[in-house]
Amino acid sequence: MRPPRNYFVRAFRRDAGMLSRVADSMYWMSRYLERAEHTARLVDVELQLWLDQSPETGAGRWRFLLEALRTPAGQGPIDPTRLVDSLVFSRKNSSSIVSCIATARENLRHVREQCSSEMWEQLNRLYLEVMDARPEEEWMLKSHGFFRAVQDGAHLFQGITDGTMSHGEGWQHIQLGRYVERTDTLACLMETHFRRTAAPADLAADQIVESAEYLEWVGLLRACVAFEAYCKAHTAAIRPLRVAEFLLLNPEFPHSVRFAVDRVNAALHIIGDLTERKAKTPTRIAGRLRAQLSFSQIEEIVASGAHAYLENVRSECAQIHAAIHQVYFDYAIEENLAS
Amino acid sequence: MWSAHDVARPHYQALQRTLLGLDPEELRKSQQAADLTFLQEGITFTVYGSKEGTERIFPNDLIPRIIPAQEWAQIEKGLTQRLTALNLFLRDIYHEGRILTEGIVPRELIFSCKHFRREMRGLNVPRDTYVSVCGTDLIRLPDGKFAVLEDNLRVPSGVSYMLANRKVLKRVFPSMFQDYGVWPVDHYPQALLATLRSLAPENSPYPQDLTTVLLTPGVSNSAYFEHTFLAQQMGVELVEGRDLLVHDNVVYMRTTAGPRRVDVIYRRVDDDFLDPLCFRRDSILGVPGLFNAYRAGNVALANAIGTGVADDKAVYAYVPEIIRFYLSEEPILQNVETYLMGDVGQRDYVLANLEKMVVKAVGESGGYGMLIGPHSSQQQRNDFRERILAEPRNYIAQPTLALSCAPCLIDGEVESRHIDLRPYILMGEKVTLVPGGLTRVALRRGSLVVNSSQGGGSKDTWVLREGDEHLAKAADAALKGLNGKAGGGSAATSGAGS
Repeated sequence: MRPPRNYFVRAFRRDAGMLSRVADSMYWMSRYLERAEHTARLVDVELQLWLDQSPETGAGRWRFLLEALRTPAGQGPIDPTRLVDSLVFSRKNSSSIVSCIATARENLRHVREQCSSEMWEQLNRLYLEVMDARPEEEWMLKSHGFFRAVQDGAHLFQGITDGTMSHGEGWQHIQLGRYVERTDTLACLMETHFRRTAAPADLAADQIVESAEYLEWVGLLRACVAFEAYCKAHTAAIRPLRVAEFLLLNPEFPHSVRFAVDRVNAALHIIGDLTERKAKTPTRIAGRLRAQLSFSQIEEIVASGAHAYLENVRSECAQIHAAIHQVYFDYAIEENLAS
Repeated sequence: MWSAHDVARPHYQALQRTLLGLDPEELRKSQQAADLTFLQEGITFTVYGSKEGTERIFPNDLIPRIIPAQEWAQIEKGLTQRLTALNLFLRDIYHEGRILTEGIVPRELIFSCKHFRREMRGLNVPRDTYVSVCGTDLIRLPDGKFAVLEDNLRVPSGVSYMLANRKVLKRVFPSMFQDYGVWPVDHYPQALLATLRSLAPENSPYPQDLTTVLLTPGVSNSAYFEHTFLAQQMGVELVEGRDLLVHDNVVYMRTTAGPRRVDVIYRRVDDDFLDPLCFRRDSILGVPGLFNAYRAGNVALANAIGTGVADDKAVYAYVPEIIRFYLSEEPILQNVETYLMGDVGQRDYVLANLEKMVVKAVGESGGYGMLIGPHSSQQQRNDFRERILAEPRNYIAQPTLALSCAPCLIDGEVESRHIDLRPYILMGEKVTLVPGGLTRVALRRGSLVVNSSQGGGSKDTWVLREGDEHLAKAADAALKGLNGKAGGGSAATSGAGS
């Protein structure tokens, strides 16, 4: 997957590097769009599951949904309508779908001339579409179309980006943003889910789950667009241990943690070559995380605690982010001139 | 366009015949096609004081303005002379001040100018070129001569519209270019880059691999489109203040591959905002420490800091004297008669005749802070009278001028509108005048204000390779070829003035 070392360096030596601000904008644009897509899919799945449930069990779910989306829940009872409103439309919540798309667009607007105009048109169209949608009566019951449009819009944008923009350093920063965000959101979602539904002993037992729990696990797979891919690998018999393995360690499925970390790693290597940077912190941390995921077995992970493992993935991911920021976007000038 | 009623000047005759031969419907369609191109390519400007996202296209008029070769030669000579003198003037007032000692220009006029930068005193700029990018506003007087209305020596804008107008016109109306022999303007970005590079500091460690950047205030600036366009066309990096940093009096740009030394900055940020350590402290658009790096001669700025003193509208009145003083030549381009409000006699005359005058604040541009006497109300005149009396140094007055007119396509009809002309002059190793410019049009009927922020538009400007005599012959030849096709349309019947 990785090009031969120094290939890009020789080809592009004179133009090594791009403006840090531009790279930063591309990275964040991509992160925000990935976040919007993830939130849309997760809220959609939750609303579908809600329809299948008795009212009493509903209340607890919302708290988990908020945790899975890294949004701290306030005290007191949660009103589903207001909750969905804050996750989807609220401009006060900087991680709501509308806020994410608006921020992604704002980031792209500042570097418009560095991207293709097709990219700008698509993101602008998506932005106008979600700004137009308003929570009317019964909106929650009819919301599927909206969430679908957000996901489709994000996918279309990715396709347009791949098809119309030079796959140079800027494009690599877009990849980086997407997969760093994906690693973190996936790890967070799985961690919340395991805490809610699976006692460690149940996980290790490798049993097929029964009706009530079945829906939860299918929900998790759906939230990662993984249901069909999982069935192909393991049939529709839902076994929590296999689900965990699939979402965590599968090297081929694009919404698995390992796949995302592989991509982060590849993008960081190419960016490192293109920019000829001596500081290797981001690649080192990403390489370490990648090695862990490549050589781990799910049984071991569960035995020593899936929760702790996922915590560790998230903390490594945060370190990668901080290292990227420090090496490429916001470095101290003295260090770089001295070397 | 007209020499007498209903008689087109020779260089317009071929165009007139082309227009007459066109179906009005066809004209309307071409105009729509042009507007759409501007919109799709995002050739827009932002209007201040309105909500986010108020990007407008700069209205473009399809009918070109034509300048014959010998008129252009005069403009070229005149502007070169004027800019050479102004650069000598700037050097002088920031060094010995000979012109002030000899009393040609009053000392207090210079030192009271708000664009005078005392920080620049004694500082040597590369090639002694203070103004390397200039856009001078010209008007055509009733006697057919061009005169200077305003010098723009700080950060003149609009050149991207000159290039875009030509590109769009060639696309939607290729037939008009036939037989005309129009000078191309497309090499402007290249000439600009060469000019900028010629200013590079001599101590640059990589003279073969200079880094030039265009410094923009950012996305919300009204000319942001132009900044991206020029950066793209020149192949240089478009930077904001936060992309640059200064270390040991050297300017660097922050890239993912580490800091890269910057040699030349084409800055589109005003003096005030350039360096918060030196000028306005609340500026977040600037680069802290930039001025010290500039002073140390490690980076070149185009234009230099403090050039605004020479386009102050009160200093403008002295430009003919300035040309005589430094070059011992007579000015080739005239000034417009200007009354200084600091002079009691001139002020009394202006205040008595306010309804015939155009009053301008000396430090403003873009059509802001102006009174147009004939179009003003009693209330506005009283208002300006008070302002003038409170701060006489701050105002000048000029007689209301009959700007020349050109035919324009307004809602599918050809009507006459007032125009001016802004050619762009580059001064580096040599002086470059791209043959063309931005012809701005006051689109409101009868209006004399051409600024884009005040409802102005623009049209393509053609400078011809040959003189009138040659053209008249070519036009006759073309007429024979047309076989009486002319006379079919109803277009091009109105028009007055020049």
